[in-house]
Amino acid sequence: MNLIDQTFARLKENQQTALIPFLTIGDPDLDTSVEIIAELEAAGADIVELGVPYSDPLADGPVIQRASQRALKHQVNIASCMEAAVKARAAGVKLPFILFTYYNPVLQFDLERFFEEVKKHDISGLIIPDLPVEESAELSKRAEAAEIHLIPLVAPTSNERIKSIVASAKGFVYCVSSLGVTGERSSFFDGVEEFIAQVKEYTDIPAAVGFGISNGEQAAKFARICDGVVVGSAIVRQIEETIPLLQNVDTRQEGLLQIRKFVAQLKA
Amino acid sequence: MTQLPDQNGRFGEFGGRFVPETLMNALIHLEESYNHYSEEPSFQEELSYLLKQYSGRETPLYYAERLSKHLGKAKIYLKREDLNHTGAHKINNALAQGVLAKRMGKQKVIAETGAGQHGVATATVAALLGMECKVFMGEEDTKRQALNVFRMQLLGAEVVPVLSGSRTLKDAGNEALRYWVSNVEDTFYILGSAVGPHPYPMMVRNFQRIIGDETRRQILEAEGRLPDHVVAAIGGGSNAIGMFYPFIEDKEVALIGVEAAGKGVETAFHAATMSKGTKGVFQGSMSYLLQDNFGQVQEAFSISAGLDYPGVGPEHSYLKDIERAKYVPVTDQEALDALQLLCRTEGIIPALESAHAVAQVIKMAPGLSSDDIVVICLSGRGDKDVESIMAYTGGNQA
Repeated sequence: MNLIDQTFARLKENQQTALIPFLTIGDPDLDTSVEIIAELEAAGADIVELGVPYSDPLADGPVIQRASQRALKHQVNIASCMEAAVKARAAGVKLPFILFTYYNPVLQFDLERFFEEVKKHDISGLIIPDLPVEESAELSKRAEAAEIHLIPLVAPTSNERIKSIVASAKGFVYCVSSLGVTGERSSFFDGVEEFIAQVKEYTDIPAAVGFGISNGEQAAKFARICDGVVVGSAIVRQIEETIPLLQNVDTRQEGLLQIRKFVAQLKA
Repeated sequence: MTQLPDQNGRFGEFGGRFVPETLMNALIHLEESYNHYSEEPSFQEELSYLLKQYSGRETPLYYAERLSKHLGKAKIYLKREDLNHTGAHKINNALAQGVLAKRMGKQKVIAETGAGQHGVATATVAALLGMECKVFMGEEDTKRQALNVFRMQLLGAEVVPVLSGSRTLKDAGNEALRYWVSNVEDTFYILGSAVGPHPYPMMVRNFQRIIGDETRRQILEAEGRLPDHVVAAIGGGSNAIGMFYPFIEDKEVALIGVEAAGKGVETAFHAATMSKGTKGVFQGSMSYLLQDNFGQVQEAFSISAGLDYPGVGPEHSYLKDIERAKYVPVTDQEALDALQLLCRTEGIIPALESAHAVAQVIKMAPGLSSDDIVVICLSGRGDKDVESIMAYTGGNQA
């Protein structure tokens, strides 16, 4: 059974919501990312999204754009992101990993080899924000064969598309909570609750909400109406602000602790 | 040849719609609206009227006699897109998309721009049609093309300098797409080149094919036959696809796209996507692309801001692979030399983009015979470039 399914099954039994943090791998460097993943788990994360830094992150706002730029400065690529997963596993991290990547890095890898590598590196799922259902047939087939979940996104503008998108969904459905790119927000689009209810009407697999959730209060609000909450930019910003502490041997532990505390208060 | 793109927006393996889900319904709606309105006689009438009375079409197909004699034997014609209102072919597409936006009930338009030509064209159309306009422009380009920034502001548009990535055209395109994702419900994105997700490459081609349609008719009038070579500069490739498209079935007409080789294709400083790129997905479509082994998009380089782009329109990639069109690189220096030659032989200052096409014809000339007819798409005028040419040459003429 895929680790993501096991996680949601366990949470459902305990009537809990999944906390799904995102981090950009390689920001500020690979070793630190591995340590941060361990902190995320210690803080109560249930699944973690490993963000592959990309030169042209269309779906991302300024915070994750900056993190990508920092990571790309020392040549972090999709292969090194998968390495980070293995290192985190070796360090004792148990939670499932999802690789969050734009499509082009996957495409350059060669699809067949890509899935071999994903499996080898103990990654359970994929989120590809620029690959709508119309373009995902082949990748989706290969993912299924490899027992890797390709997590689909549904947006507030999806409307009549929701049904067909979630029909073949695996793992969970990622509900985009606002119009726009990733980034912290103080408010969400008006119909967000009806939107999530509509998604849940069409599918029995879990629904997680993301894009803009930036504090414990917002996370708690969404936790009541869905099965998982994704937090990205707020954590990436926390990491960004902690970089000076992380890069100093004397304050590194303090920096990691700050990140852990920030993530812990997101856990409903 | 079957009608391309297919229903998924594919030209062979190229094209498609690789965008966030948030945009999918907007793209589908745009395609439906385009199909619906572009068939309507009143849409065609309004557009034809504006192209003629506002932009000054049709543009002349001018026999460049002194340039032809200087270079040797072949007859060289210039399709004078530089004589359009706002000084380039970009207005053809901006007018058409503007009229479409109005029919779709959108009051706000956005655009990306490199050299500033498409931004100026969009700002112009927004003023004409009474719409609100935001133009995204890489900060680097706002410096290179300061005059065009002011021009857009004069026309009432807001110019948004883009600070991400290499701060050039590709980043302006990313930012325009990001803005569109956030404002998709009331905003129309007037995309300026034959790139991006379906239906843009198809729509832009169809709005630019007037260049090739007129050229075909004009050359038949002037010479009684089709040209042997049709040459156009290519960044994203909108003037080139507009010029090539009506000639695709005429196998005797060689189609030549000229891309920017910057400091040379053997250096790291070029924008030669066709010569040096590989297949990939960029800004919403599958096409050739300048990228590293891990799929990170590389920065392009060219003296011409309009060609300084690491991607290329998907239909061009298709024409390259089926060998219907040929794509060749021309360096900054070759383009500058060509620009000066055209100035002196014909009294026409071409845009740096268009000068690349002229340079290719200079290179081809020794191999051509007196029966040969060549058409160059002179996509824009060079007024916008005078300052950067002065900086490059130190004020000296070559």
